[in-house]
Amino acid sequence: MAEIDAAISVRGVCKDFDGFEVLRDIDLDLAPGTTTCILGPSGSGKSTFLRCLNWLEEPSAGSIRIDGTLIGRSGEGKAARPMARRELARARTSIAMVFQHFALWPHLTVLGNVIEAPVHVVGRPRRQAEEEGRAILARVGLAEKADAYPHTLSGGQKQRVAISRALAMKPKVILFDEPTSALDPEMVGEVLGVIRELAKEGLTMVVVTHEMGFARDVADTIVFMDGGRIREVATPTAFFTNPQSDRAQRFIRRHG
Amino acid sequence: MSGLLVVWESRDVFLWGAANTLSLVLSCLLLSIPLGILSAIVLTEATAPLRRLLAEVVDLLRCVPFLLLAYVIYYGLPEIGLRLDPWWAGLVSLTVYTTAYLAEIFRAAFLAVARDNIEAAHAFGLSRLLLYRRIILPQVAIMAAPVIGNQVITTIRDSALLMIITVQELTFAANFVSANHFTPFAPFAAAISLYLLMSFAVEEGVRRMERIRTVRYG
Repeated sequence: MAEIDAAISVRGVCKDFDGFEVLRDIDLDLAPGTTTCILGPSGSGKSTFLRCLNWLEEPSAGSIRIDGTLIGRSGEGKAARPMARRELARARTSIAMVFQHFALWPHLTVLGNVIEAPVHVVGRPRRQAEEEGRAILARVGLAEKADAYPHTLSGGQKQRVAISRALAMKPKVILFDEPTSALDPEMVGEVLGVIRELAKEGLTMVVVTHEMGFARDVADTIVFMDGGRIREVATPTAFFTNPQSDRAQRFIRRHG
Repeated sequence: MSGLLVVWESRDVFLWGAANTLSLVLSCLLLSIPLGILSAIVLTEATAPLRRLLAEVVDLLRCVPFLLLAYVIYYGLPEIGLRLDPWWAGLVSLTVYTTAYLAEIFRAAFLAVARDNIEAAHAFGLSRLLLYRRIILPQVAIMAAPVIGNQVITTIRDSALLMIITVQELTFAANFVSANHFTPFAPFAAAISLYLLMSFAVEEGVRRMERIRTVRYG
C-alpha cells in the first residue's frame, strides 16, 4: 500500500520510558475505512502504541501520519521539530479517542460532552452541533439521556456517550483504548454492538481489545503485538486459524 | 434601650462603614480570584525557578500576620516613596494576603480534577485556555466552593483589622460610635450582626454551588 493512501501510516516508532523500551521500531499502514484490532498480552505495548497515534504519548523516535498529515512533529528525520501546541491541537481534531474509563467531563450533560469540542474547538455553530449531537445519541440509543449528567449513567451508557463524543468530531480515525475492559460483563455487548455498527459504516477505527470474538467478527486487520513489537499483521481468518509466530499461537490458545 | 437608640441615630456611620467593608472585600475578591487562579496555574505548570519562587512567596505571605502586612504597606511603603491612602493600602494588603491563600486553594483544587478528564481534553484538541476555561475551572468552582467560601469569610473578618490603619470600615464605625457615646455594647453588637449578614450571603452562595454539585456529581 502506498504510504500516502493510508489512513494511518506509522514509520519506525519507538518509545522508551526512562530507558525501558516499550515500543520498538513499529511500522504499520492502515487503509481508510477499515477496522483494525490490536491484540496482545498485557504489557505488550498496545495501549502505549495507540496513545502514540494521537500523541498523548510522545514517541521517542519515528513518525506518524494520519490521512497523510504528520502528527506531533513537523518535518521528518533531522528536520523534525515538535509541533506547536496549537498545531497539535488542530491535528488532534481529526483523531477522536474512546478511553477505557470513559473520561467523560462530569460537570457537563451528556449532550454537553458531545458538543464540547465541536463547538469550542472546531467552531461549529451550537445549534447545528446540538442537532448533530442529538442525532448521534439517538443512533447509540441514548436520545432520552441528552440532558442527564454522566454520573447517573451505567458504564455501558457512559461508554456509548464517549463514542458519541468521538463521532461528533467527524474524525478521520477513531481510536478505542480497551473500550470494554472497565465494563460489567452484561454491558460489554451493548458497547461492542455500537462499534460493530460503526465498522459496517466504513469508519476508520483502531481498537485495542481483549475481546477475541469481537476482533474475529469485526476486524478487517488484526495486529498482534508482543514485547513492544508488532509480531503479526493479518486478516482475522489467517490470524486465528493459522498464526505464524509461536507467541501468537500461545496467545490464541490461552485467550481464543 | 439607649444603646439601640444610639445605633439607630448613628446609622449613617454604620452604613458608611459597612459600605467600605463591602467595597473593600468585593474589590479584593475581584482582584484576588483571577490573581489566585493565575498563581495556581504558575504553581502547577511553570518551570522550576519561577514555580519555586512563587511557592516561597505564597508560603511567606501565609505565615505573616495580616496586621503586620497592612502595617508594612501603609506605614512602610511611604519610606520608599509609595504613599497610599488608607482605603487603597487596605485593598492592597487584603488582596495580596487573600491571593496567597486562594493560590493554594486553587492549586489543590486543580490537582483534584480527574487526570483522565484533562487527558480527554487534550485528545479532543482543547487548547490550554479552553482546558482551564471549560474543563478545569468550572469543576473547581463546583468542588472547591466550600473552601473558597471559607476564605471569603476570612477575608471579611480580616478586613476589620484595617481599622488600625484608619480605614473607615465597619469595625472602625462601631468603635467610633461607641467611643463618642460611651455605649460599647450596642454598637459592637450591631457591627457583629452586619458581619453575620455578610457571612450568610456567602454561605448562601456556597449552598447554591453545593446544590449544583449534587445534581451533577451525585
